[in-house]
Amino acid sequence: MADIAYDRAAAGAARRHILTRVVIYGILTLFAAVYVLPLLVVIANSFRELPEISQNGLIAFPKSFQFDAWPEAWSTYCIGGTCEGMHRYFWNSVRMVVPATIISTALGAVNGYVLSKWKFRGSEVLFTCMLLGVFMPGQIALLPWAFLLGKLGLANSVYGLILVHCIQGISFTTLFCRNYYLSIPDDLIKAARIDGAGFWRIFRRIILPLSPPILIVTVIWQFTGIWNEYLFGVVLNSGQQQPITAALVALSTNGTNVRVYDVMSAAVLIGALPPLLVYFFGGKYFVRGLTAGAIK
Amino acid sequence: MSSLTIRNIRKSFGAVDVLKGINIEADTGEFIALVGPSGCGKSTLLAMIAGLETITSGEIYIGDRLVNSVAPKDRDIAMVFQSYALYPTMSVRENMAFGMESRGVPRAEQKAAIARVAALLQIEPLLNRKPGQLSGGQRQRVAMGRALVRDPVLFLFDEPLSNLDAKLRVDMRTEIKKLHNNIGKTTIYVTHDQVEAMTLASRIAVMHKGEVQQYDEPDVVYNRPANIFVAGFMGSPSMNFIPAEVVLAEGRPSVRFALSDKETATLALAGAAPGTGASVILGIRPEHFSRYKAEMDGRPGIATLSASVEVVEPTGAETMAVLRIGGKEVVGRFDPNDAPKQGEMMQLAVDMTRACLFDPASETLI
Repeated sequence: MADIAYDRAAAGAARRHILTRVVIYGILTLFAAVYVLPLLVVIANSFRELPEISQNGLIAFPKSFQFDAWPEAWSTYCIGGTCEGMHRYFWNSVRMVVPATIISTALGAVNGYVLSKWKFRGSEVLFTCMLLGVFMPGQIALLPWAFLLGKLGLANSVYGLILVHCIQGISFTTLFCRNYYLSIPDDLIKAARIDGAGFWRIFRRIILPLSPPILIVTVIWQFTGIWNEYLFGVVLNSGQQQPITAALVALSTNGTNVRVYDVMSAAVLIGALPPLLVYFFGGKYFVRGLTAGAIK
Repeated sequence: MSSLTIRNIRKSFGAVDVLKGINIEADTGEFIALVGPSGCGKSTLLAMIAGLETITSGEIYIGDRLVNSVAPKDRDIAMVFQSYALYPTMSVRENMAFGMESRGVPRAEQKAAIARVAALLQIEPLLNRKPGQLSGGQRQRVAMGRALVRDPVLFLFDEPLSNLDAKLRVDMRTEIKKLHNNIGKTTIYVTHDQVEAMTLASRIAVMHKGEVQQYDEPDVVYNRPANIFVAGFMGSPSMNFIPAEVVLAEGRPSVRFALSDKETATLALAGAAPGTGASVILGIRPEHFSRYKAEMDGRPGIATLSASVEVVEPTGAETMAVLRIGGKEVVGRFDPNDAPKQGEMMQLAVDMTRACLFDPASETLI
């Protein structure tokens, strides 16, 4: 085998390549740290003892360990005069987010199916109108909702919030599903029509089995969006009917002068846990689903 | 008895007329090819027969029944799509069963129908696979199988072979012909491939610009094309067109055209001719040229002229040659054994019994 001569240009290119990698990974690591640090601080504080936090400050390396803040935050801490912790609000949020996610996703899937596969005169205009909902800030709808929920007898109830989030979410779920369904060939629908399948049968047997990628995206999007939503929860509901995001605000303004950082940290984490878990288990599908329409 | 009657069908999308009064009738058991270049309206017409596209005006009868406002599923048709349109999440068996399920066919009957068709198309080993696990040719078979389980009055094919590679396409063409010979169902077959139309059809409807240019048996369409469009579309390489004038030469009606400023060629016509002095377009198919040989003298309908050979394209079975006659390039098809050489000045024999004359104004066959 012939000796391979030392190639100045090639060696230089290799060095530059390594250098570029180091810079890229360095920057990425820095950003990852910036994003993950707050979470780490809050997790650490939920296990530190309160005197130690007061002494060393909120951002410090933990020197003590206790687990008491978590049960206290969950079931006994006093918020707004009632001493039962976050668990009621946590379940309020669950009772709100689960049906709202399911209903808005289901409606979005059917809407998307109609707007992509059963186009009719004016369906594009209708779709454009629905898209406005994507761009419209939620606070615009705040007063109308308060008025409407009052008329419907759903004021200050979890059911009222379910209704609000279903309707507010339809724009997004419809957009997602419609764009995804556009990539399903129309010939499938035609073949099924000749085969004697009707509107719902085609949806159930052909469209839905092809839908998991986009339904996963929509469910994750809706679940985290509704869970983290705060404005409607705090304005439309009060007291024991509030979702956990609104209750967290009450927690920070509970009147006493003592800041219970350990309990607050635990409470925040309780409030953040479901979306975190959803991302943790579904994030892979989320990224895949968002790009699913682009690749054949 | 006719199993499909299309009467004065029109279709417009807004101001655009896609179909301008189509009339086609298919007898039971016939294989009708709708052929034409893209945009001629053939696929739209098929979609209207299937009920997937609304009719602007006119009538479609399947059997004796007016189906203008009958839903696709109630038209007793089955269709094979260019994209195959197999349901991707269902197995081959489920694909074939889907239509029967939708129509409420009893399970035992479904099973029997699938078994019968799977045997016919030799797709039994594929029944439990998903469409994604099949090759192009296999998908094509399954798509036909899905149509066949229905046992419809009418089979509709929408360019079913155009997604296959060249060799497989020829094989599947033969398969479709065999299949049609076996089951004898009326079939409407859309294609842009004139060879498919010629080989498969009992009658061909050549479509162009939303109109049927000619609707007849393949050899009539090929040998007596109704107009210049049909003549040029059917056959590959295309028919050669040479503008000429009708004259009387040696007491016989002939066509004359210029070869150069001084020279002219005069070819005696073999059939009926328009009056002397009329200008015509002479249409000669490539295979009706051959190298002139002395023994051809006296054979009826043979005319001769000389031409220079510009390009020679051997394909193995035959050799195409681009010849210059007058200012025009024409294509001839020769036996490789006496194919012309490039640059040669050759004596051509033209079989005038097969030549077509067209009116230059209306472009129709004279």
